[in-house]
Amino acid sequence: MPYKSVVLIKQVPDTHNITGKVMTDEGTIDRAALPAIFNPEDLNALEMALEVRERHGGTVTVLTMGPPSAAEILRESLYRGADGAVLLSDRRFAGADTLATSYALALAVRKLGAFDLVFCGRQAIDGDTAQVGPQTAEKLGIPQITYAECVLALEGGTIVVKRALDHGTETVECSLPCLLTVVSSANEPRPASVRRRIANKLAATSMEYKALLAKWPEFGSEEALDAFLTERKLKIPVWTAAELGAEEAKLGLAGSPTQVYKVNFVVLESAESRDVPPTREGMAALVDELMREYIVG
Amino acid sequence: MAENFYLDNPDLRFRMEGAALSAIVDLKEKGYSTAAKYANAPRNYADAQDNWRLILGILGDICANVIAPRAAEADEEGAVFHNGEVDYAAATQAAIEAFKKSEILGAMLPWEYGGLNLPETVYQAMVEMVSRAEGGLMTIFGLQEIASTISEFGDDEMKARVLPRFARGEVFGAMVLTEPDAGSDLGAVQTKASLDEATGKWKLNGVKRFITNGNAHIHLVLARSEEGSKDARGLSMFLVERDKSVKIRRIENKLGIHSSPTCELQYTDTPALLVGKRRFGLMRCAMALMNGARLAVAAQALGISEAAYREALRYAGERLQFGKPVSTLPAVSRMLISMKGEIEAARALIFETSCQVDALKAYEAKQEELAAAGAPLDPAVVARKKRASNLADMLTPMSKYYATEMGNRVCYKGMQIHGGVGYMREFNAERHYRDVRITNIYEGTSQLQVVAALGKMVGRGLDVLIDEWEALDYGSALAPVRAELSELTALFRKCCDELKDKDRELIDYFGTDLVEMGCVVVNSWLLLRDAITLERKRELVRAYTAEHLPRARGLASAILAGEMLSGPSREAILA
Repeated sequence: MPYKSVVLIKQVPDTHNITGKVMTDEGTIDRAALPAIFNPEDLNALEMALEVRERHGGTVTVLTMGPPSAAEILRESLYRGADGAVLLSDRRFAGADTLATSYALALAVRKLGAFDLVFCGRQAIDGDTAQVGPQTAEKLGIPQITYAECVLALEGGTIVVKRALDHGTETVECSLPCLLTVVSSANEPRPASVRRRIANKLAATSMEYKALLAKWPEFGSEEALDAFLTERKLKIPVWTAAELGAEEAKLGLAGSPTQVYKVNFVVLESAESRDVPPTREGMAALVDELMREYIVG
Repeated sequence: MAENFYLDNPDLRFRMEGAALSAIVDLKEKGYSTAAKYANAPRNYADAQDNWRLILGILGDICANVIAPRAAEADEEGAVFHNGEVDYAAATQAAIEAFKKSEILGAMLPWEYGGLNLPETVYQAMVEMVSRAEGGLMTIFGLQEIASTISEFGDDEMKARVLPRFARGEVFGAMVLTEPDAGSDLGAVQTKASLDEATGKWKLNGVKRFITNGNAHIHLVLARSEEGSKDARGLSMFLVERDKSVKIRRIENKLGIHSSPTCELQYTDTPALLVGKRRFGLMRCAMALMNGARLAVAAQALGISEAAYREALRYAGERLQFGKPVSTLPAVSRMLISMKGEIEAARALIFETSCQVDALKAYEAKQEELAAAGAPLDPAVVARKKRASNLADMLTPMSKYYATEMGNRVCYKGMQIHGGVGYMREFNAERHYRDVRITNIYEGTSQLQVVAALGKMVGRGLDVLIDEWEALDYGSALAPVRAELSELTALFRKCCDELKDKDRELIDYFGTDLVEMGCVVVNSWLLLRDAITLERKRELVRAYTAEHLPRARGLASAILAGEMLSGPSREAILA
């Protein structure tokens, strides 16, 4: 039976490739100096949703909240096989912590209509909170399966999922609809498809029409471009706070109880070092110790 | 920035951006009317070029991040023969999976069969990148030529059944020509095709050897359909979908391209479909197939060379001897410069060739379209087709000859620059050296390429191109190179004229010298032409001509002296 899936994704600064140049003197990151990328575990979430669709049929819609430039990761999702994409963009969303973000995302998921599955990455590489998925599930009033590594079974209104935990795995069964947060070990995200890449290369929000016209002047006017994109189903809708029917006080900075008090620049240094004899016994003793301390194993 | 074999290669991008294909793509896309029918068809030439960039960018990403990191593993594990079947190495399987998932196959097939309708020129750039990532993998990726041949010669029913599967990556192909006693001499093929007059169905019986990727699902088999015939005129081409009647007897144990299985096949009453006309198997189908494949092998050698050059450049920059990087030593830097010059020369030659092949195909299709519509022959179309046909016939073997011989030189130098470690398995230089060695052997040895190019070359077939290039304005900075090149060109023409009316044996005796010289002349003009618009190429063309023009003059001296060893002298030496 076909399933309707929604994937929540985020555009993040590429914190995995931080060089000296992007650290400010205060120890914070100069985001403008970092390339914006598709949050890595959100790609795993998208891949899991696409695999569900391939096995069972249905649709995959991606949703992100962010500035106009976040349309880039929506396009990347279309290149990989998503059926539709929506951008939540409004100045009133700005400055949101996880609570305000999940509020807006939950409203948007509801606005999309009936759904069976919501997929998110486990956490984003900028905030590393892992809170948005669980909070969204709570606001939608649906069960959540965090650390999802594998969909073992999906039949009727029930899903069986393997969770990857620190000390092993756990298999859980859950009724639909539900929300999954997906870990990076779940799968190898597929590359963009050449054919979908070409077919969706003009996919854009209306906020991007000017730039698109500069590259493809043959369309002549924004109206003509809009007509073309609408006809080819390449127009990415943008939803504002008003369109979500959101309460102003729960949005953005106003709706965010989290306040950054201070940022410390921590330099990790080795406190002590020890020589381990390069013998079988020496290595065995080290491994024993590491296991005793729950560092490995 | 993630690695990408397209974006990190300015010369390849320069070639792609500069490829003069506007008129060709207009023809291929029928004045861009295809855009209304197919979602991926370009709206105009700029749109087509943008698509090429996207396609090559995606493939460049896969090559750099999926294929190349596991190239040594693919070589080490290799394809394995097992219970009558062939298993690809795990790394090869992962690469094929990436091709399928990225939906990049069926590059040159028409839109109607799910292809991307790409020009040969773009396809050869793809082949180059795949080969740079893993030399052996090209024989799987590059055998898309099989699908193109079916597209060209097959009937509509066959095309509808087979081609969409190629485009989706569900099937791969093998060209099945060689037999134990029919290698370079394909006219001697013995595999028998018999027609059951009652049912109108063909069956094949025979043994084929050295079949690259013979485990593929779709085979194009050259077989003797005319009983009692002895030569090429009795051969036809057949399509086989591999079933139990096709036995893989063994795979070869080879020097290089280990990921590519080289199969011995036995056909026993195997059902087959005739492709194209009877008796035209070798002369039309196999020649078309081989011309495409020859250019792909040239691109393969180029890709392996690019990988070998980059390894050598990096190593030479890191390896300290006498207190400094070895790249600063004149002997080493000269090798690096020579490698780079030859690589860019080969790329220029391959692109020039593939543009001519594209022109030939486009005008051929246009001519057929006009004929089908009952319209009179357009003399302009006929003339352009004829010109492209003559040039493609000559430039294809020249590309294959030059790029593969160059590839061997480059990979040899690549290992040499590494010194002792280059001889060790742990370094990629050793693999490149082994992988490139097949390129000037299969799809026709270099010696056969010389024969193929020679006839038209002595007939001054290159003049139409050279005349154009000589007429360009190269400015004062390039005047000295240009003057030296014009002098060599005159010498080359003199050699052609000298050989023209001689015995075939004498022409063949000096064939390699003349073709080598022809390649240097063409490459030098191409690089000089690049230098008009590209500052970077000025030094390169000086270095290339400084190295190669004196050698070409040496070849001319030998040709003009015309001293062919007599039969008895040769026997005395070889006794």
